[in-house]
Amino acid sequence: MSSTNSQSANDKVAEHDKVADQAGTYVAQFESKGSLVHRFQKFLHQYPVAAPLIVLILAIFGFSLIVGDRFLHPFNLSLVLQQVTIIGVIGIAQTLIILTAGIDLSVGAIMVLSSVVMGRMAIDYGIDPSLALLIGLATGAITGFINGTLITRLKLPPFIATLGSWNVFFALNLWYSKSETIRSQEIAANAPLLQWLGETINLFGARLTYGSILMLLLFVVIWYALNWTAWGRHVYATGDDPAAAKLAGIRTDRVLLSVYVLAGVICAVGAWVLIGRIGSVSPQAGYTTNLDSITAVVIGGCSLFGGRGSIFGTLVGALIVGVFRNGLALAGVDVLWQEFTVGILIIVAVGADQWIRKGTA
Amino acid sequence: MSVDMTQTPVLQAKRLVKRYGSVTAIDHAEFELYPGEILAVIGDNGAGKSSLIKALSGALVPDEGEILLDGKPVSFQSPMEARELGIETVYQNLAVAPALNIADNLFLGRELRKPGILGSVFRMLDKKAMEERARAKMQELGLLTIQNINQAVESLSGGQRQGVAVARSALFGSKVVIMDEPTAALGVKESRRVLNLIKEVRDRGLPIVLISHNMPHVFEVADRIHIHRLGKRAAVVTPQSHSMSDAVAIMTGAMEVDESTEAA
Repeated sequence: MSSTNSQSANDKVAEHDKVADQAGTYVAQFESKGSLVHRFQKFLHQYPVAAPLIVLILAIFGFSLIVGDRFLHPFNLSLVLQQVTIIGVIGIAQTLIILTAGIDLSVGAIMVLSSVVMGRMAIDYGIDPSLALLIGLATGAITGFINGTLITRLKLPPFIATLGSWNVFFALNLWYSKSETIRSQEIAANAPLLQWLGETINLFGARLTYGSILMLLLFVVIWYALNWTAWGRHVYATGDDPAAAKLAGIRTDRVLLSVYVLAGVICAVGAWVLIGRIGSVSPQAGYTTNLDSITAVVIGGCSLFGGRGSIFGTLVGALIVGVFRNGLALAGVDVLWQEFTVGILIIVAVGADQWIRKGTA
Repeated sequence: MSVDMTQTPVLQAKRLVKRYGSVTAIDHAEFELYPGEILAVIGDNGAGKSSLIKALSGALVPDEGEILLDGKPVSFQSPMEARELGIETVYQNLAVAPALNIADNLFLGRELRKPGILGSVFRMLDKKAMEERARAKMQELGLLTIQNINQAVESLSGGQRQGVAVARSALFGSKVVIMDEPTAALGVKESRRVLNLIKEVRDRGLPIVLISHNMPHVFEVADRIHIHRLGKRAAVVTPQSHSMSDAVAIMTGAMEVDESTEAA
C-alpha cells in the first residue's frame, strides 16, 4: 500500500514540475517551502481546472481498462459529448452565477420555458422560425432579468429568489404549453431551424452534433469574456469580495444583473440545443437540468462561495459525469449505481475544494 | 517637514454636517489638508471621524457644508467620483479581492485595454501593460519582496496586502491619499514597513490623510494632527507642540484648546 502511495505521489510531483516548467518562469518563483503534498495543494489552488482534469483523465483511463475498446471508440466518445451538451450549456450559465457567489435554481425552468416559447411561436403562430428563435432568446433574457432584479433590487438571497422563480417559470411553462408536447415531425416540417443543432457531422467515426460544437464555442467565448475583459474580472471580484469590489468602484449590482441576464440568454440557447437533441418541444423535458448543472459546476472545481473556479472546469465536470454514466452503463451497472457514483463525486469534489483552499489559508 | 499653510489646502471641508435621524455624526466640521503633508486624524470611537473621512472620500454625501479640492468646490456622490478627481482611499478592511492577483487588484475597476480593434471591439485587456506598470510601481515603493505580480493576494501577508492597497492608491491618486487605519491589523515589523511606505508616498509629493488609533504611529509620521471630538474638529496640533497625553486629553475632552491660538 505504501509503495503505491509513494508511486502516485511521485507521479503527481513529476506532473507538477512539468506543468510548472511549461507555465513560464514566474510560476516557479512561489515559495517552494513545505512538503510535496503542500506544493501539490498549492498547484491545484493556482490552477482550479487541474484537479477535475486529473479525475477526467483517470476516469477515461479506468473505463477503457474495464470496458475495453468499446468505450474509447470515437463514436462512443462523441456520444458522451452529445449527452453532456445540454448540461454543458446550462453549466456555463450556472458557472457565471456561482462565480458571483450566487446560485440559480431556475436555469432548467428558463430553458424549458424558452423552448416552449420558440416552439409555439414557430408552430402555433406560424412566425418565421428565426424570429421565433429570437423571441425565445428574449424570453431567456427577460427571465434572467427578473432573477437579477429580485437579487439586486429586492436584495433576496439568490437561492430563495430562484427557488421562487423556478416554480413561477415552471408553472408559466405548463400554462403556456397547455402541458402539450409539440411533435418532432411538426417541427421538422414547419420550423427545421429549431432542430438544426441536432444535425451531425462525421469526424473520424465520431458523430458531432452542431449543438456540441456550439457548446464548445460558447465555452471559448465565455472563457474569453471572463479572463480577457474587464467585465470578467469584475464578475470574479464581485463573487470574491463584493465589498472590496464596490470600494474599487465596481458597480456590483450591475455586474450581477448582467450575469443573470446573460445566464438567462445562455439557458435559452440551451433551449435551442434541447429541441435539437430531443426533436420535440416538451414542457416536461429537462427536469433534472437544474441540479445536473450545479453538479457539473461543483465537480468542475468552482467554489460555491464565489470568485474561484474556471469555466473550463465546468466542461470537464460535465464530461466527468458523462464519462461515469456512459462507462458504468457500458459496464452493465444498474442506473441507480450511476446516481450513487455521481453523488460520491460531488461530495469528493467539494471535499477536495475545501482541502485545496486550505493550502493558502 | 514643515507645512506651508499659506498655500491653498489641497483638500478642505467647511462646516460639514451629516445627520442620521436624531444623531449628528458630523457637526459643522472643518478640515484642511495642505500640500506635501501627512495629516493624521484622531478621535475617540464615535467621535465621527470615520463619517468625516467617508464624506471626504465620497462614500457619504454630507447634508450641509462644502468640500473644496484645490480651492474649488466639489461634490461627489460615490467613491468612484472622488477617485476620478484624484482622491484615493485605502480602506481599513484593505478592499482587495483575495482570489485575484496583484496586478488585477491594482487595476480593479480601472483596467487597461489593448490598443486598436482588440481593445475597442473585443474589449481585450492589456494584461502585459498592467503587469508592467504594477511591477514598476511596487518596485518604486520598495515592495520588492513581492516578486510574483501574478500571485493571488490571499497568498500575501497582511503587510504585503496593505502594500498592494497603498500601491494602488499611489498609482492612481493624483491629489490625495486617504488611509484608514493602515496599521491596525499588522504586526510590529509589518507596521514599520507600512509607515515607511506612507512616508515614501508623501515624499513623492502626495499629501496623505492618515486615520489611526495608534498614537506612537501618528506621532512618528504625522506633520500635523487633526483631533476630532463630538462630530467636529477640536484642535489641530503638531507632534512638536503637543505630547501624546495632550492629544489624548484633547480627544477625550479633558483639555480644551482654543483653535484660534493653536492654529499658528
